[in-house]
Amino acid sequence: MGTVPSALKHCLSYQHLLKEQLWIGEPAAPPPALHPEQEFQISGLPDYVKIVEVGPRDGLQNEKVTVPTDIKIELINRLSKAGLSVIEATSFVSSKWVPQMADHTEVMRRIERHPGVQYPVLTPNLQGFHSAIAAGATEVSVFGAASESFNKMNINCSIEESIEKFEEVIKSAQNMNIPVRGYVSCALGCPYEGNIIPAKVVEVSKQLYSMGCYEISLGDTIGVGTPGSMKRMLEAVMKEIPVSALAVHCHDTYGQALANILTAIQMGVGVVDSAVAGLGGCPYAKGATGNVATEDVLYMLTGLGINTGVNLYKVMEAGNFICTALNKKTNSKVAQASFNV
Amino acid sequence: MVVAKRALPWLAASLRPNIVPTQVKISFINMLSETGLPVIEATSFVSPKWVPQMADHTEVLQGIQKFPGVSYPVLTPNLKGFQAAVAAGAKEVSIFGAASELFTKKNINCSIEESLQRFSEVMHAAGEASIPVRGYVSCVLGCPYEGKIAPAKVAEVSKKMYSMGCYEISLGDTIGVGTPGSMKEMLSAVMKEVPVRALAVHCHDTYGQALANTLVALQMGVSVVDSSVAGLGGCPYAQGASGNVATEDLVYMLHGLGIHTGVDLQKLMEAGVFICKALNRRTSSKVVQASSRL
Repeated sequence: MGTVPSALKHCLSYQHLLKEQLWIGEPAAPPPALHPEQEFQISGLPDYVKIVEVGPRDGLQNEKVTVPTDIKIELINRLSKAGLSVIEATSFVSSKWVPQMADHTEVMRRIERHPGVQYPVLTPNLQGFHSAIAAGATEVSVFGAASESFNKMNINCSIEESIEKFEEVIKSAQNMNIPVRGYVSCALGCPYEGNIIPAKVVEVSKQLYSMGCYEISLGDTIGVGTPGSMKRMLEAVMKEIPVSALAVHCHDTYGQALANILTAIQMGVGVVDSAVAGLGGCPYAKGATGNVATEDVLYMLTGLGINTGVNLYKVMEAGNFICTALNKKTNSKVAQASFNV
Repeated sequence: MVVAKRALPWLAASLRPNIVPTQVKISFINMLSETGLPVIEATSFVSPKWVPQMADHTEVLQGIQKFPGVSYPVLTPNLKGFQAAVAAGAKEVSIFGAASELFTKKNINCSIEESLQRFSEVMHAAGEASIPVRGYVSCVLGCPYEGKIAPAKVAEVSKKMYSMGCYEISLGDTIGVGTPGSMKEMLSAVMKEVPVRALAVHCHDTYGQALANTLVALQMGVSVVDSSVAGLGGCPYAQGASGNVATEDLVYMLHGLGIHTGVDLQKLMEAGVFICKALNRRTSSKVVQASSRL
């Protein structure tokens, strides 16, 4: 494509391009209405997709540096103002295992709790659950896995044993009317076992769902999945669990996340997990990326005419804030294209 | 379903600030030839005044090994370039149009209509010499100067280039702003005028949308995809941002979908590692980033 340098200064600004491409208004404007020309293309896709923002927990937990409590709180507060309806705030695990989340109680107590926004926290066992409730949590999450080896290496017990622990948490949560979200890791592959058969994912998901989890987030933990394996896995799971109770949690380690998410929403999935600025590397592939960036997901969904209720500019600003605080480059391509590097 | 991959070393290299040594380009193309790629766009016969990085076009085309069954098209923006390309042994050429008047004006200082007239000289000469011509249409999903581009405009330019004799039209999301939504809308319009078997997509990953956009194109029947090993070539319109989608990441997705490409991903990754070392830069391919021990 020819030479362009002298013409660059006449380029439209990124704000203009975003506005034009995605019909995104100024930050205060409501989400874009469907453009008449676009109506035909949304058949088969959900009208609305809920974004579950996992940056403050999954993201920060997997960053190399330990983030100061004030920074975490500021990040969560900024995300609360961006229109996100779910922000995973922290994790009530033992600080011996996950020192980055040692300040869980303080974070939970000091964040602004915006009306209409949920702030689920991770609770791997009954002890964590009780601490979470004492700190003011009103929603919790439990983490299963579709791989025996992964479970063994991570929490030193079998899938069966881990489910028993979660059963205690779920029962207590139900007694207190606290909703529980279930995660299933390694849904498309395991760093130890390699290929994971869809039937195994179905088995674990079904157990968590029937125990009382209101939603099951299917995680491509090492990002090895492709639209092919995503489709096969979802087809199997959707035979047992209604699609309205399913979410996908795609990692972008192999660059496949958006294509995998697109496949999932084409199949009717209406909940997508992502992390602002693509926070959180992959502990299984040194130097590689992990979570998909919320900004990039939003860009795609908005371009598809799907409503999310989230303000992309505000998420970008929150991403800019946390990357500056962490002294790191964003993993969001939308942010990279929009801010001068 | 077979998907043909086209690697674009020339395009990628032309956007680098430093000049890549000729021998490095030749070694690079030779490595790509061994991967099973059916088409490798080798160089560009443009004036070195405009694109100094491609000044060695003749030497490159004559220096590379021509593998049987592999095509090595070159860019020829005008008749002079075409003649030089044929003299250097080119067996296939490409011409570049755009769906945006402003983009065409800024880039080659003429209107779309005038650019197509220039190309008709190349088409005529290529026809006489039985040399296939591929047509590119830039800015199909957005223009850095005009902003939104109407799908009807893309269809109009594509139709013209196809009826002029281009055997294939590569639809380029030049600034990567497209999404699966706008890709579907644009392809629906173009497919009314040009048969889908004659269409290719050239997605940029500047906003991370390339693979999702490519997936939608595949779902609509497109079976030719352009990409650049290691994702070489940044975006001149967004400083520091990425440009071309990485061939390794594309092949990973296609193989995962059970789509035959004929490409050896391992060899492809090795070619990418080679060129990144030579250019002293990090790969833009996530597959390679995930696979290498850092």
